[in-house]
Amino acid sequence: MYGNDFAPEEDAPGGGLLGQVEAAEVALREAAARTREAAPAPGEDPAAYFADVIDADQKIEPRDWMPDAYRRTLVRQIAQHAHSEIIGMQPEGNWISRAPSLKRKAILLAKVQDEAGHGLYLYAAAETLGVSRDELVELLLDGRQKYSSIFNYPTLTWADVGAIGWLVDGAAIVNQVPLCRCSYGPYARAMIRVCKEESFHQRQGFEILHTLSHGTPAQRAMAQDALDRWWYPSLAMFGPPDGDSTHSAQSMAWKIKRFSNDELRQRFVDMCVQQAEILGLTIPDPDLRWNDERQAYDFTQPDYDELMRVIKGEGPCNRQRMEHRRRAHADGAWVREAATAYAAKQRAESQREKVAA
Amino acid sequence: MSAPSEPPRVPVTSPLWEVFVRARRGLSHTHVGSLHAPDAELALHNARDLYTRRQEGVSIWVVPAGAIIASSPDEKDSFFDPAADKVYRHPTFYEVPDGVDHL
Repeated sequence: MYGNDFAPEEDAPGGGLLGQVEAAEVALREAAARTREAAPAPGEDPAAYFADVIDADQKIEPRDWMPDAYRRTLVRQIAQHAHSEIIGMQPEGNWISRAPSLKRKAILLAKVQDEAGHGLYLYAAAETLGVSRDELVELLLDGRQKYSSIFNYPTLTWADVGAIGWLVDGAAIVNQVPLCRCSYGPYARAMIRVCKEESFHQRQGFEILHTLSHGTPAQRAMAQDALDRWWYPSLAMFGPPDGDSTHSAQSMAWKIKRFSNDELRQRFVDMCVQQAEILGLTIPDPDLRWNDERQAYDFTQPDYDELMRVIKGEGPCNRQRMEHRRRAHADGAWVREAATAYAAKQRAESQREKVAA
Repeated sequence: MSAPSEPPRVPVTSPLWEVFVRARRGLSHTHVGSLHAPDAELALHNARDLYTRRQEGVSIWVVPAGAIIASSPDEKDSFFDPAADKVYRHPTFYEVPDGVDHL
């Protein structure tokens, strides 16, 4: 359980992450139940109608009028989110064949399959905005759209699989739970689905680290080393500090985004401290301490210059990740072609049968 | 790895399908999302793998997205107008005198 400390106003039914996701789902239903004309009245300004729907915390749906910039922002954000899920399969996929037991292997396989599923929910949500799947795939393969920088770090040991689940998925959840209340309906619904599945991911990561940190001294050291390497990159997942974040203000006004990068980063740190204590691991930040005045932890910011370098393509694994993705896409071409040819043949045969009958 | 002399492949776009899942016996099928698949059989298999990994359903429909005819939000007024002035279709329209039971 975690997260109750940062959402007192949301009155989460089950408490914790899942409670907040369920609260978002309830809010979505309630918003839908509040009566509203399904479209602007004749002569009414569509922009005023759009603003009105957003103000009332209701959802914009695919065929509604929306400002071009709102559509563009969503396409960019949802697509990059989808790409992240797809690329995110690689660092963990690296350990499937070397998982320490059959149980761990089955769990990791299921988790990586979930990531593919999350990518597909999100691509489907992006497509409702009028962009095609092929375009999105091409934008990723050409490097014209980005994915989350965290996946450009290598998974050197089995403990890294635990650290990814606990920290990377944990940070993703802190980012994504507010997105369950995003103003664009298909995105909000996809996020509700994703978040429900993510909680399994985070717990399996925590469990891996818990087992290691209570194991032999070597296993403990491995767990600590993973935390040492993944802590700051995980903090960087929330993006640049608020002062430098280019898209934030408009996204907040449109209720695509609900909290600033720095607010979410603080939530994440506050959540992790107690969890790290239970793991018996040390967060690699000598300046981490409770600030009674702010009722939050003071902490060292991640190296944003490093984040910018990784975004620009100079992280440890950027090339490897993209090469792997391109190769996988090219290697799968014959499967897509064969399936399409088979579908065409089946259609032709059923046509012939109809003609003969 | 493909040799550089090979002609570039034309991307194969498989059609879009809308997916409806019946969560439990007694409930109606509900739209859960969409996916791409070359034919109906693969669309069903993909829908199972994508939308029911955690036993979310007991039955799946897949429908070619192109086969769905949707009303347009723009024509909302003229389209749904016929129902707008028939409040007498709702039981609450009628005033029931005090003392009448079972009505």
